[in-house]
Amino acid sequence: MTEPLLRIEDLHVTFSTRSGPVEAVRGVTLSVAPGEMLGLVGESGSGKSVTGFATTRLLDPAGRVSSGRILYRGQDITKIPDGDFRALHGAAMSMIFQNPRAALNPIRSVGLQIADAILSHKRMSKQAAADEALKLLRAVQIRDPEKRMSAYPHELSGGMCQRVMIAVAISCNPMLLIADEPTTGLDVTTQKVVMDLLAGIAAARGMATILITHDLGLAAQYCARVVVMEKGRLVEEAPPARLFHHPQHAYTKRLVAASPTASSRIEDLVTDEERGQYLAVLAACKPQPEPPAGTPPLLDVRNLAKRYDQGAPAVSNFSMTMKAGESVGLVGESGSGKTTTSRMICRLIDASEGEILFDGESIAHLPAREFHRSPHRKDIQIVFQDPNESLNPRFTAFDCIAHPLLRLSRMRPGDALRQRVEECAARVGLPIDLLSRFPHQLSGGQKARVGIARAIACRPRLLVLDEPTAALDVSVQAVVLQLLDRLRREDCLALLFVSHDLNVVRMMCDRTIVLRSGEIVEAGESRALFDNPQTEYTRELVEAVPQVDRCGFSVQS
Amino acid sequence: MASATLRHALWILRGNRLTAVATSGVFVLVAIAILGPSIAPYDPIASSVSEALLPPSLLHLAGTDQLGRDTFSRLLVAARLDLVIAVAAVGISFVLGAIIGAFCGYAGGRLDRSVGRFVDVMMAFPLFVLAMAMVAALGNRVENIVIATAIINLPFYTRFARAEVNVRRNLGWVEAARASGESHSSVVLRFLLPNVLPAMAVQMSLNLGWAILNAAGLSFIGLGVRPPTPEWGIMVAEGARFISTGKWWLVAFPGLALMLAVLCFNLLGDGLRDILDPRMRT
Repeated sequence: MTEPLLRIEDLHVTFSTRSGPVEAVRGVTLSVAPGEMLGLVGESGSGKSVTGFATTRLLDPAGRVSSGRILYRGQDITKIPDGDFRALHGAAMSMIFQNPRAALNPIRSVGLQIADAILSHKRMSKQAAADEALKLLRAVQIRDPEKRMSAYPHELSGGMCQRVMIAVAISCNPMLLIADEPTTGLDVTTQKVVMDLLAGIAAARGMATILITHDLGLAAQYCARVVVMEKGRLVEEAPPARLFHHPQHAYTKRLVAASPTASSRIEDLVTDEERGQYLAVLAACKPQPEPPAGTPPLLDVRNLAKRYDQGAPAVSNFSMTMKAGESVGLVGESGSGKTTTSRMICRLIDASEGEILFDGESIAHLPAREFHRSPHRKDIQIVFQDPNESLNPRFTAFDCIAHPLLRLSRMRPGDALRQRVEECAARVGLPIDLLSRFPHQLSGGQKARVGIARAIACRPRLLVLDEPTAALDVSVQAVVLQLLDRLRREDCLALLFVSHDLNVVRMMCDRTIVLRSGEIVEAGESRALFDNPQTEYTRELVEAVPQVDRCGFSVQS
Repeated sequence: MASATLRHALWILRGNRLTAVATSGVFVLVAIAILGPSIAPYDPIASSVSEALLPPSLLHLAGTDQLGRDTFSRLLVAARLDLVIAVAAVGISFVLGAIIGAFCGYAGGRLDRSVGRFVDVMMAFPLFVLAMAMVAALGNRVENIVIATAIINLPFYTRFARAEVNVRRNLGWVEAARASGESHSSVVLRFLLPNVLPAMAVQMSLNLGWAILNAAGLSFIGLGVRPPTPEWGIMVAEGARFISTGKWWLVAFPGLALMLAVLCFNLLGDGLRDILDPRMRT
């Protein structure tokens, strides 16, 4: 074994907060060999980012390394003064972040920003630095690098910005790159391109990389070794194949189970003991009787289109039908029009043309601003993407769930209302005593449950789910998905699942519709569509999804 | 619920000495405004030439003016008028401005643009001159001071509410309210406005101080409140004539009253935001 490039020994990081000191990292020991790509995986609050920040000394002022050592080539870098550390930044180690647009200076052209990074470590003329920057832009495979030198960050897409960040990070040939969720928030196809690029550059330059991510699949695909963290502790360290097929620690088991793969079924998302319970629940659900022949479909959308003043239509010629109790997935990259479509079906915005039939009855003629009076308002409900933004900060959880009941079911405040709200809370697994809390006092998973409870309070028949789990940790996602699946079976609730996560859609939905630039590219049975995509675009989407089964697929240098 | 809010308010005040001082200052001010005429030791209007221009003493705490009226009594009685003008003006501009601004911020588009330009034009005027012109045109009465002060304050509230609502209008909970059966206007009035209220309360309390100064300023130049009605601005204006002869108390005490009132309202602002925001309640 060669000498490790970076060795972290029993690292403890403490944050001083209003309620006393909090240990974010409690005794992490790990090492990175030169040229190795190490995956650091964990859910929010596991301390994975803090470990990265401690290494590059970018910790929040409230946090400090309370004990342990961080050895870079045998030198303890927690002890050296700030001035000396600055020399290490960039040249020895550098970091890229989750939101590339926020990490770039919005009023400086990207070429200059890369040149700045070079000039801060090397003495050379501005012209030489600019030439160097151009070379780097080529290295990160930006098209038309000469033109892009003078582009500003807002003129570039998210994926392009991340490439520029990578160019800045590798500008001084660091030996170690710490990538903190480098592709979170990017589309799957972009994610694949950026990760392939990163892996290629690391391999070509012999640069070691620590990939910090919440996505086990991503880590498995690109890293030779994966470290799992939970609550500031390192719980398991193994090559991805062993981690996935024979997880040792209880937490890893739970995490691996909860990460949906191409072949997982909804009941697989929990560990074996819990699966029994879930199957029992499913068995108890009576199969819904087939509706008599001639019944119109629950939802029948015909040639829906949405045009804004300028530019191409956001959605055009969108048609679909849904039966009661069916689940349909709507997938596509950002800008594909899936959110616009979901809002039109929810009747929150008006369609420019087209027809929406609910239960055989046209609901599109009533303008969206009048739709709150429609008797079908309570039949179509929606669960929003980010649970942190979907609850009124001035409402308690109880008020949130009670609100549609007061408005749409015309209930009056009193015992009946309280009972119904508690019933909804119980159905989504929200403890009753949390009902008096304000949103900021709830966790992300709890907020998501309040959002779902609110949506099902009036017993809707169609539930539109707008990326309902995108902001949640996988273990919470698993629980939420099972909950939705159960609601569908028990209440014969139709689910329209808008998502960019193909593994989740494949698992949750009977049928899937693929959208691109506002048009349907492909539609059909989920399994068939994903296993045997008919169009090039769908194939690209499916192949871009990091799959656990394809461990160590792309970086073997 | 009410008791929880009160407990929370007390908790904030305990942690923030300055806010507590400002709050008690405002309470004292309000108490004086209510009780003023009954606790004033002398009749604020009755003149007595034999006692004219006496310096502060135990008998006349703040001295007497050129007509022998007790300055201290006049200060106490004036509090009500000054406070009423300020509160009414700020109240009117807050209610109108918040509603106009919130609708503009929520709707966007042409309504937003035209109201926005109108507000820009208003703000391009020197506001005090605008107020003077309005009082002069509408007539020299207290109501008109209130109206003028309210109108020149309106642009600030409109802009503020517009900006605060605009950043929130696409959040999930706003759409959720609509999915729960609220119309656009009730989303604005019952959901968005309460959420921007804490930030606006800060603006309001800063504005109260400013409105008091504005009313006093108008009276100082002879618009609005007319003598012999006691009012801090007029008292400063009348006293100014005697400064050169060393009768400092005629200007100093009303000036001090004005300063303290403005200071209290300004300091109250930050504390109010903490009290009104449920997120601070942990």
